[in-house]
Amino acid sequence: MSTSCSILSGGLPGYILVAFLLFIVGLGTVLVRRSILVQFMGVELMLNAANVALLAFARFRGGDAQGTVFYLFIIAVAACEAAVGLALVVGLYRHRNSTDTDRADALKL
Amino acid sequence: MQKVAWLIPILPLLGSAFHGLLGRKLGKGAVTVVALGCMLASLVLAAFAFTAVAAAPGRRLDLVCAEWIGVGTLRVPFGLVFDSLSSVMALVITGIGTLIHLYSVGYMWEEEGYARYFCYLNLFVFFMLTLVLGSSLPLLFVGWEGVGLCSYLLIGYYFDTEVACSAGLKAFLYNRVGDLGMTMGMMALFAAFGTLTVGGILTQAGRLAPEAGFGVLTFATLMMFVGATGKSAQIPLYLWLPDAMAGPTPVSALIHAATMVTAGIYLICRLAPLFLLTPITLTVVAWVGGTTALFAAVIGLFQRDIKKVLAYSTVSQLGYMFLGLGSAGFAAGFLHLFTHAWFKALLFLGAGSVITGMHHQQDLFRMGGLRAKMPVTFWTMVIATLCIMGFPGTSGFFSKDEILFLAFQKSPVLYAMGLVGAACTAFYMWRLMALAFWGEPRDAHAYEHAHESPATMTAPLVVLAVGALLAGLLGLPKIWGGSFAIEGWLEPALSFGRQGAAQVAEPGGPALAWGLMALSTTVALVAGFTGFRLYRNGPAGEEAFQGRHPGLYRLLSNKFYVDELVEACLLAPARWGGHCLWKACDVILIDGIGVNLPGALTRVGGDLAAQVQTGRVRNYALSMAIGAVLLLWIFLR
Repeated sequence: MSTSCSILSGGLPGYILVAFLLFIVGLGTVLVRRSILVQFMGVELMLNAANVALLAFARFRGGDAQGTVFYLFIIAVAACEAAVGLALVVGLYRHRNSTDTDRADALKL
Repeated sequence: MQKVAWLIPILPLLGSAFHGLLGRKLGKGAVTVVALGCMLASLVLAAFAFTAVAAAPGRRLDLVCAEWIGVGTLRVPFGLVFDSLSSVMALVITGIGTLIHLYSVGYMWEEEGYARYFCYLNLFVFFMLTLVLGSSLPLLFVGWEGVGLCSYLLIGYYFDTEVACSAGLKAFLYNRVGDLGMTMGMMALFAAFGTLTVGGILTQAGRLAPEAGFGVLTFATLMMFVGATGKSAQIPLYLWLPDAMAGPTPVSALIHAATMVTAGIYLICRLAPLFLLTPITLTVVAWVGGTTALFAAVIGLFQRDIKKVLAYSTVSQLGYMFLGLGSAGFAAGFLHLFTHAWFKALLFLGAGSVITGMHHQQDLFRMGGLRAKMPVTFWTMVIATLCIMGFPGTSGFFSKDEILFLAFQKSPVLYAMGLVGAACTAFYMWRLMALAFWGEPRDAHAYEHAHESPATMTAPLVVLAVGALLAGLLGLPKIWGGSFAIEGWLEPALSFGRQGAAQVAEPGGPALAWGLMALSTTVALVAGFTGFRLYRNGPAGEEAFQGRHPGLYRLLSNKFYVDELVEACLLAPARWGGHCLWKACDVILIDGIGVNLPGALTRVGGDLAAQVQTGRVRNYALSMAIGAVLLLWIFLR
């Protein structure tokens, strides 16, 4: 009872739950969808789930800078990663004429 | 003398190294000069050594350089021994060797592997001299194996032909069988005497009582004789020698007639006091020798290849030598070795001259009428033929008659075998001469181009012919007014200080000697004349004989099917056994269970594991996620 209360009452577990759900959704997207663009969005969701968790911990530790700095770093890294990733997406499309990752399975025995 | 005596064997070795390393670069002229030069130098030194031995007390010079093997009680020096026996052998080897080197210059001049040939030939002389001069049985054995190796190399000189390769291999393998006997004999002698130097063994043997010869000594001498049968081509190990004719003809003359094949006789002469202590071995030697003398002579009757006739003749003559040794006539056996070296080398070289003259035609039935075309070859071969048939006054007459006389003392049956063998010898030799030199030319084309050989080839023939005529004077028997000089000369080496050991009792007196001599001479002359008459006008008589007795003729011309018998009884089972081992052990056990089974298991495992690799990103991501969850569960549990 108290657990569900604390989740809904804006405590730390609530944020962690949101972050967890966000991560699961991202993971599910990567695993279930075949379009590389959508899988890419799933990856972004997972990154942002981590961001949410970082910010929540930072706030509940007393507002120290560590978590916030990490969040900023991740935003920056994610931006770079998006640039590289999208370039790969374009490259894949040029080779295969599709964005279906299941068709890009040449790398096997 | 002591200082330079080492050079006698070393010079040919240096020559061999020169030909092998530089011969091809420097050309045939340099090879010829070096080959003949070191042979001549060796010959001169051997002659000096001979005179030194004659002057030395006990006609014996021991040269010890250093200790070669020193393990426990086994002490083997690195030394040479010059005594009356080995110094004569050294002279024969270097003397006839020089002549055959000279002949080879003419015979091999056109050949591709001129330097290789002389490399082998000089190496052979080195090993043969090591065999003869080595002061201990191990050193003798080194030479013994070395000459076998050179024989193998030279038989297989034309290595691009299958015949030559398999003949070389055959010679090597037959010799290995004999060598095993020789090794066992050496071990037995070491066990009995505790030393392996010839001098040491014979000194100790000299102190033994005559009854001491049974047991280990008989075993040792019998094993030594097994070695001798291998090297000297006696029954049952004679089969390699006829095949060895695949080598160049001068090689047949030097190795397979004059020197190497007499190593067995030399070995027994070297250990003569030991063999005198073992009458059983001597009897075996005599009977094996007598049987071989007869058997090989009979095979020689109907051979068509000129070199095969001479090869069987060599086997037969070696049999005579063993017959002499076995009858305790070591000097007589050695005398026959000496005379045979001259006239058989001459016969082979003459045959080589005929073969080159006829453009490598070896079939007697394709020759004929060469008398006028090749006068020098013809006359020298007539002399050699007279020698080998035992024409009165020639060298073969004295040596063979001495052997037959001794064989008669041993057993009249042995004498009869020798007599029939002598008749066959005279027959096949005159058959060969008549087919080659008389009658109509049967191969008109080859006859037209036939020519006398160059001087480098005919000069050795003439020298050898003179030697063949005179060699018998060393053994002029007492009834001819001589003193059987060779026995007196060899006495110190043969008896080795054992008084009267090498003295052969001569019962029967001169009347018996004259009678036997007259009988064998008459038989040989009649047989020789018959052979000449029958074949004078070509091989028609032989074809008629073939028509009348097809079975007998086939048996003889196929050499009694001994090769086929060996093939069926020994080689085929061995090959079958090898095949079974190959299939069972090699293919199933080693290849299958040992190598291919683990390989197959690895491959199946790999194939199974490869199923995981789908190449799809989502599958990898899923397994990564599962892995991450598992790790979390493990660490946070």
